[in-house]
Amino acid sequence: MIRFDNVTKSFFGHSAALTDITVQIQDGDFVFLIGPSGAGKTTFLRLIIRDLLPTKGKVFVGGQEVNILPVSNIHLLRRKIGTVFQDFKLLTDRTVFENIALVLEILGKTPHEIYHGVRDVLELVGLSDKANFFPLQLSAGEMQRTGMARAIVGGPGILLADEPTGNLDPETSLGILHTLEEISKLGTTVVMATHNVDIVNTFKKRTIALHQGRLVSDELKGQYKIYTKPKAHAVKHRT
Amino acid sequence: MKINMAIRTHMRRSPYQTFAAILTMFVTFLVSGFFFLITVASAQILRYFESKPQITVFFEDTAGEKEATSLKLALEATGQIASTEFVSKEDALVIYREQNKNDPLLLEMVTADILPASLEVSATDPKYLSTIEPIIQKADGVEEVVYQRDVVETLLSWTSAIRSVGGSLALLLIINSLLIIMTVIAMKVALKREEIDILKLVGASLWYIRLPFVIEGALYGAIGAFGAGSILAGLIIWLRPFLLTFVGQVPSIGSLLYDPVGASLVLATAGFVVGMVGVGVLLGGIGSLIALARYLKF
Repeated sequence: MIRFDNVTKSFFGHSAALTDITVQIQDGDFVFLIGPSGAGKTTFLRLIIRDLLPTKGKVFVGGQEVNILPVSNIHLLRRKIGTVFQDFKLLTDRTVFENIALVLEILGKTPHEIYHGVRDVLELVGLSDKANFFPLQLSAGEMQRTGMARAIVGGPGILLADEPTGNLDPETSLGILHTLEEISKLGTTVVMATHNVDIVNTFKKRTIALHQGRLVSDELKGQYKIYTKPKAHAVKHRT
Repeated sequence: MKINMAIRTHMRRSPYQTFAAILTMFVTFLVSGFFFLITVASAQILRYFESKPQITVFFEDTAGEKEATSLKLALEATGQIASTEFVSKEDALVIYREQNKNDPLLLEMVTADILPASLEVSATDPKYLSTIEPIIQKADGVEEVVYQRDVVETLLSWTSAIRSVGGSLALLLIINSLLIIMTVIAMKVALKREEIDILKLVGASLWYIRLPFVIEGALYGAIGAFGAGSILAGLIIWLRPFLLTFVGQVPSIGSLLYDPVGASLVLATAGFVVGMVGVGVLLGGIGSLIALARYLKF
């Protein structure tokens, strides 16, 4: 479970990126985090993986308060969370197989476990035939699926996806979403930040909307709405 | 990717920085190692002279055991003498032969007649030497008096000068090496910033990320120190005949250098190189750790 208790995040010299956010995401949920650029979606995700610390409030992941986690234990939190990025963040000098295997190496798995673990996720994301390709030999969609495979290979309980379809065409984006759905069905909590209207309206999942750093809507089977002004009184919290 | 592969990649991708780091380490260890050897050798020489009798009284050719005995009795009467030992011309020849046993030419030319008899004197305390000196000066048949105190004092001043100059130079070079290692590692951290960020995000521990850099720094130190240590060890073996004639009479050095393939020389040079490599690993590792503490944070 992910929980934000009155979380505010301000950056020095700038207005607050997130203001007084209180939200709870249950295990196994599939949640769209929507809002325009600058709404605070990426800040929301970075707080979950303790890439940022909140200015005010508390962030809990799996019952553990992330804010007070010692620096020496941050990696243990991140091993429970898979992350997919808009710009893929793949190591260009390593093959698809090696990029995915990296996570299992970090977890201290044996070569046998690594081989089978990587093969399994490559099959899940449909890249079995591209294992020995380098990222620059892949299409954008294939790179994103490699990123997804890397995010899930360690069996994380939570998968965060920051605009995973931002650089992809509509057809490929749909493919990515179907894969995320499959991952979610396996029991993984999926939080996907997006401003892709079509995807949000097509898949009809729980939708948390942010606007100018404020939570403006939290609906089951939500639709993408354009907010011009945050209306705190209109927020429907789902607990 | 395995750690050794990561290190190989780091080194291959920035060969000039790698070479600069290794070369700096090499120069540091060459100079420091040289001064270390000189300091150790001079300490051994000093100890040798300190262990010798404090005064050696050489008698004229016409004088002998009679004069020595009378001087011995006069000295012992002061109650300040720890020991005396008479060395006759024949004894002197035996000592000379032992010291020059490897040089037959020197042995052929010398007989007992041309060597002086002597009396070796040690006081119970060096402070009594001033009361002993006038008695020796007045004794019959005395040709020359050698005070070890003078030799020891000269050696001591040389040793302390070598130690100061060598120590300062070594310290400067060590600081320089640390700074070079820190700069090279910091540069490599900057070059691999994106990869490090990815590793952090996928759950790598701080040590998983740090270890290849620490090993790389330690490797620079080890390679530099091994090169310098090997050259110095080779120099010792190459200069062995010269060193033997120069400081061979000092027992600890003489016995070490006597046999070029002896176990003691092989063990000492191997130990020296291993010790240098150990210090190199430590120095390189510390340099890397300082750089990582500054430039690689979670």
